[in-house]
Amino acid sequence: MSVIRRRLRTVAVAALATGVALGGTACSKSDDDGGSEGGQVKLVLQTFQNFGYDQAIKDFEAAHPNIKVEHQKMGELRDFQPKLVQWLAAGSGAGDVVGLEEGVLLQYVQNHDKFVNLLDYGAGELKSNFPEWKWNNALTPDGKKLIGLGTDVGGLAMCYRKDLFQQAGLPTDREEVSKRITTWEDYIELGRQFKASGKVKAAWLDSATSLMQPYVMQNSEVFFFDKENKFIGDTNPVVRKAWDMGLQMAAEGLTAKAQRWSADWDAAFKNSAFATIPCPAWMTEGVIAQRSGPANAGKWDIATIPGGGGNWGGSYLAIPAQTKHPKEAYELAKYLTSKEGHLAAFKEAGAMPSDIAGIEDPAFKDKKSDYFSGAPTGKIFGDSVKNLKPVFLGAKHQQVWETIVEPQMQAAERGQLSSEAAWQKAMDEAKKATS
Amino acid sequence: MSSAVGTRPRHAAAPPPRTEPRQRSYRLGRWDITYSPYLYVAPFFILFGVFGLFPVLYTVYVSLFDYELLSGTKEFVGLENYRVLLEDSQFWNAAYNTVGIFVLSTVPQLIAALILANLLNRQMRARTLFRMGVVIPNITSVAAVGIIFALIFADRYGLVNWLLGTVGIDPIAWRDNRYASWFAIAFMVDWRWTGYNALIYLGAMQAIPKDLYESASLDGASAWRQFWTITVPLIRPTILFTVIISTIGGFQIFTEPLMYGFGMIRGGGNHEFQTLAMYIYEQTFTGNAEYGYGSAMSWLLFMMIIIFALINFALVRRSVKGEQK
Repeated sequence: MSVIRRRLRTVAVAALATGVALGGTACSKSDDDGGSEGGQVKLVLQTFQNFGYDQAIKDFEAAHPNIKVEHQKMGELRDFQPKLVQWLAAGSGAGDVVGLEEGVLLQYVQNHDKFVNLLDYGAGELKSNFPEWKWNNALTPDGKKLIGLGTDVGGLAMCYRKDLFQQAGLPTDREEVSKRITTWEDYIELGRQFKASGKVKAAWLDSATSLMQPYVMQNSEVFFFDKENKFIGDTNPVVRKAWDMGLQMAAEGLTAKAQRWSADWDAAFKNSAFATIPCPAWMTEGVIAQRSGPANAGKWDIATIPGGGGNWGGSYLAIPAQTKHPKEAYELAKYLTSKEGHLAAFKEAGAMPSDIAGIEDPAFKDKKSDYFSGAPTGKIFGDSVKNLKPVFLGAKHQQVWETIVEPQMQAAERGQLSSEAAWQKAMDEAKKATS
Repeated sequence: MSSAVGTRPRHAAAPPPRTEPRQRSYRLGRWDITYSPYLYVAPFFILFGVFGLFPVLYTVYVSLFDYELLSGTKEFVGLENYRVLLEDSQFWNAAYNTVGIFVLSTVPQLIAALILANLLNRQMRARTLFRMGVVIPNITSVAAVGIIFALIFADRYGLVNWLLGTVGIDPIAWRDNRYASWFAIAFMVDWRWTGYNALIYLGAMQAIPKDLYESASLDGASAWRQFWTITVPLIRPTILFTVIISTIGGFQIFTEPLMYGFGMIRGGGNHEFQTLAMYIYEQTFTGNAEYGYGSAMSWLLFMMIIIFALINFALVRRSVKGEQK
């Protein structure tokens, strides 16, 4: 009995102490809001996948001794996104700085009241650091509110397996390969040659759906939505063209039919199941090198993308309106999207800078990748975004692509249903989801 | 605590010099006896009310609204969500998948658990080791199990397809074929839960008096006969319990199919293995975050679980009783 009682008392004391401590924190927090000096501020940074910020954060903390940054890596975008929506709606739980992918960014621009206006904190001076389209994407239509600063851009290239090319009797030199695939028609033609050689078991491309994003991004100003956010995927001829081209390749046996982002896809890299894959900058070290493993080091190389240039993916950092420390959060976001932050992220995760000075910096420009046979990644990706036209994605782009169109296209690729039936189904579902 | 309850009335009964305190402590003692029990069970009901009942009722309320979380729209629409839901083919597809996976997993699982329990109920070496061993799958993290099984049943480089290949069988499209995917998911569920149910059955079996078996053997009843006519009827309440629990769990199946589809909430290219819980999640937490629609769906799922639990209860009760005659 006495033991129990003593324990109860301990619990009570502990509970009381916690309560006092919590109350104390709450007080000190509100003090911070009042702009008190000397107190240390803790910022929470939430990102998905791999932003490559480990070193950049250390540098930031060294330069700002009063700020401590807790970096929460939230897994894949699809895991992080629903949580963020809930936290924003609930008014608590979101980090002080959060990563937003361009595919979901517009959804937040539409509901911009959940975010701090970065222009209020002096972000206007940073405008010239970024390509115009990257800046404008995070701006409200009236141009008065900016919710995000650009992190990386997804400059596009074509990654290919040198060793498989050689076995099939194709050129292996990256200049030569780039010349042979200047258009997508050339690219498919080379794939036919690759297969016709009969000397390799591997397919030409990982999946029919891989071709879709780069092709549409290069050839259309809009994707599934027009600029009024109305669904036009069913009438956008470029989308249909890419769909048909991809599935045509699948029908000719040129694709490995691996479902992107599945365990089979991962294994397909290791098992050398395909010879080419369109690769945005963030995919090189972070995805391809990781999945192919050390055994395949030096077998990959990088050529330019057919159709010349293009962008795929890329993210932003935003500050939820619920933050208690908007000023410090802005400092952090500003640092991470500065030249230094961009270059650190590039070094760590291969994320390509969207900062113009960063793209021109030798640290990026002269960068060569050992894993990819010493390919000058900096130059290839840098060139690919030079002539970039902005593409309007629409608020629900990611949802329509990842949960509706891509799975249907994969089903058609695996021969579960005809291309026509899959297209019809995808468009019906997309219309329903966006109405 | 109990000693305190016991002593107070005695104090109250002691002859006091003054009347007022005596009366007061007497009254306190009576309150203690009358109200203490309620006080002791209160924590459960308060917690249940806050974290159980309130969310359930609030879900009813939300289900009557067109409630989009991200944009903050909240508009009263009455039963519109339910009307749309009844016409939503994806909802019925998910219901079909859920029931299919449930039947495919629960029936073999409970039968296997019964047999396993019967085996464990014998004299053998290292009995405790085996009895504890069967629950190891159950304490493994579901997500880990899901990832491993997704790899084992991978379409192209999976272990099962490779094994089939070595004996000359064509690889099975584990995700494109609806029934193959059900089978794989049911396999995962059974791997985790058979041992758990076996242990519950074992507990019930040990309460059966041994002399029943002795006299049955004297009468020449085979082990099989003893199992069906003594063991099964006598643990009937336990079987009913596991059936109900499995029904509730089976209808809420979420993590296994999600992991099986590599984390895609869609559950297969054409929703071959998207369960109700997954569809609820898809509507409620992805895309527009349609809380109203998701709430309506949750309620329909709740109703379905009750109905199925009652049907199963009736079915099992009748069939096991039939054996007794």
